[in-house]
Amino acid sequence: MKFSIIFRGAMVTARKDIKIYYKKAPVFIFGLILPTFLFFAFFIGRQLDIARFFPGFLAMTIFFTASSVGPLIIPWEKQSGTFERLLTLPVSIPTLVLGDALAGTLFGILISFIVLLAGVAFLPLSFPIGVLFALPILFLLGNICFAALGVLLSAPAGRVPSNVMMLSTLIRFPLIFISGIFIPIVDLPQMAQTVSFFSPLTYLTDGLNATMGQQSILLLVVDGAVLIGFAVVFLLAASLILKRMALKGL
Amino acid sequence: MKRKSRKCKAKSNLKTVKLGLDPENAIEITDSDNECTEELWTMSYAIVAEGLTKKFGKFLAVDNISFSVQEGEFFGLLGPNGAGKTTIIRMLTGVLKPEVGRIKIDGVDLDKEPLILKERMGVIPEVGTVYLDLTARENLDLFGRYYGLPKKLRDERGERLLRELGLYDRADSLVKNFSKGMRQRISIGCAILHEPKVLLLDEPTEGLDVQSRRMIVEKVKGLNAKGSTIILTTHNIEEASRLCQRVCIIDKGRIVAIDSPEHLRSTLEKLQSVEVSFNRRVDPSLFSAQCISRVEEQGDKLKIFTSNPDEAIEKIMAVKKELVLNIVSLSTVGPTLEDVFVKLTEAHT
Repeated sequence: MKFSIIFRGAMVTARKDIKIYYKKAPVFIFGLILPTFLFFAFFIGRQLDIARFFPGFLAMTIFFTASSVGPLIIPWEKQSGTFERLLTLPVSIPTLVLGDALAGTLFGILISFIVLLAGVAFLPLSFPIGVLFALPILFLLGNICFAALGVLLSAPAGRVPSNVMMLSTLIRFPLIFISGIFIPIVDLPQMAQTVSFFSPLTYLTDGLNATMGQQSILLLVVDGAVLIGFAVVFLLAASLILKRMALKGL
Repeated sequence: MKRKSRKCKAKSNLKTVKLGLDPENAIEITDSDNECTEELWTMSYAIVAEGLTKKFGKFLAVDNISFSVQEGEFFGLLGPNGAGKTTIIRMLTGVLKPEVGRIKIDGVDLDKEPLILKERMGVIPEVGTVYLDLTARENLDLFGRYYGLPKKLRDERGERLLRELGLYDRADSLVKNFSKGMRQRISIGCAILHEPKVLLLDEPTEGLDVQSRRMIVEKVKGLNAKGSTIILTTHNIEEASRLCQRVCIIDKGRIVAIDSPEHLRSTLEKLQSVEVSFNRRVDPSLFSAQCISRVEEQGDKLKIFTSNPDEAIEKIMAVKKELVLNIVSLSTVGPTLEDVFVKLTEAHT
């Protein structure tokens, strides 16, 4: 009985988020336009093999899109007064976290799948048959992990979205420079290499490199397991923090 | 153990409320419903709140409050701003967890089965907190989904509510284009779509236009008539007096009195008065008598406060005869709930 209420609550929350929040301008700006500009800023005028860096670009797209709206939902809801109303409905805080993460995951999958199709259509990508099965799994795990990160970033927030965006930018941007997207992990200085293993983006980039025939440094199973670990930690931390901070800004 | 000690204290706090008018005539208001015992918890009330206590830092917002509400009752939480009404409602709706105390609604312990309990109640907040980027119909549909209503039922009830709330013509307009009253109406629709047994309203008519206020009041009265148990928080005394079968007056986080508005009024005998108007001005000091507590000059009338209107009228007649006056008008006036409220909260201070 209770499980059915939780499942229903998460699905309705995800549906509501997609219907209301995924059309808002900040989602497109921070989720799509910004990472695209970043990528082209890195490539234009340099003689680089785009196919080699495509897995990194795809990982960055998943990272930005899946985590784009999560940080904003709770502040937006607190600002409009609907967050307290949600708490009076048959839906618990972990269910809200799950629903918000599910919405981020679906949005991330949709956008990054379009990017993948564009890459397949226009770039000379190769997909080693032996590890091709891992691609959809990594796709899913990466989206879940970063959608959960997005919700985690919003958990301690009050009712001012711009404050969350600052925190979100502060955390998300450094990650893309230490996770093997623009500079392969093996080419990073030793200290940066050590730090890179604390970034979940490193494992998605590494896994996608492996599935697209590029150089990877870890086993695919390790990449997948670490992404699952990060996703679980992010979801649990988001629930715990949001339980404590639910009334902040109300 | 902690809970038990609070319960005993609750009983002593609530058993008697004495109002310090003067020591020998102190008014005693008792309410047996508030005897905070294990028996109360096990009885089949629609709502039982037992020993609720909530602190914010060092500030004690709600201090050991207990009350019970019968099935089908219209119960009011009345108090000035900052009295703790919204904190109590937030605890009843599961938004806030009390530090001490427990809540049972429709036989379900909020602490043990919060989701099941929330399925059985509807909450109407002060402001129309619905989704502005959705239409009225979409908002109803969303809340219906949260309450697990099947699509056919959501559509049927949504359609009916849109008509009843006077929003049918605007059903497919975004709520952000609605007035405050219209938003509150759709908010009420969202709270009652699943036909809850218990409805909690937090100052639902605050700041609304007359038309919306009347529509909301009528809707809520209709739900009560159909058997829903209702808790209304308000600082609008007239609204509480008109709607509630019992009111719980709260001040500084504590219950000052619980009773029916009529009984509260009648217990405050000292607030009864006789209003008299003569054909010429009369010095109020002429009306000194043991049964008269004070006399106020109000325009061309004198308002004579008394615990015994009969004796006060005799005194008035004596003055009339002595000064050869003519009476233009004479009436006895009982205390309003506002008088009671002011007196109770003053006494508490």
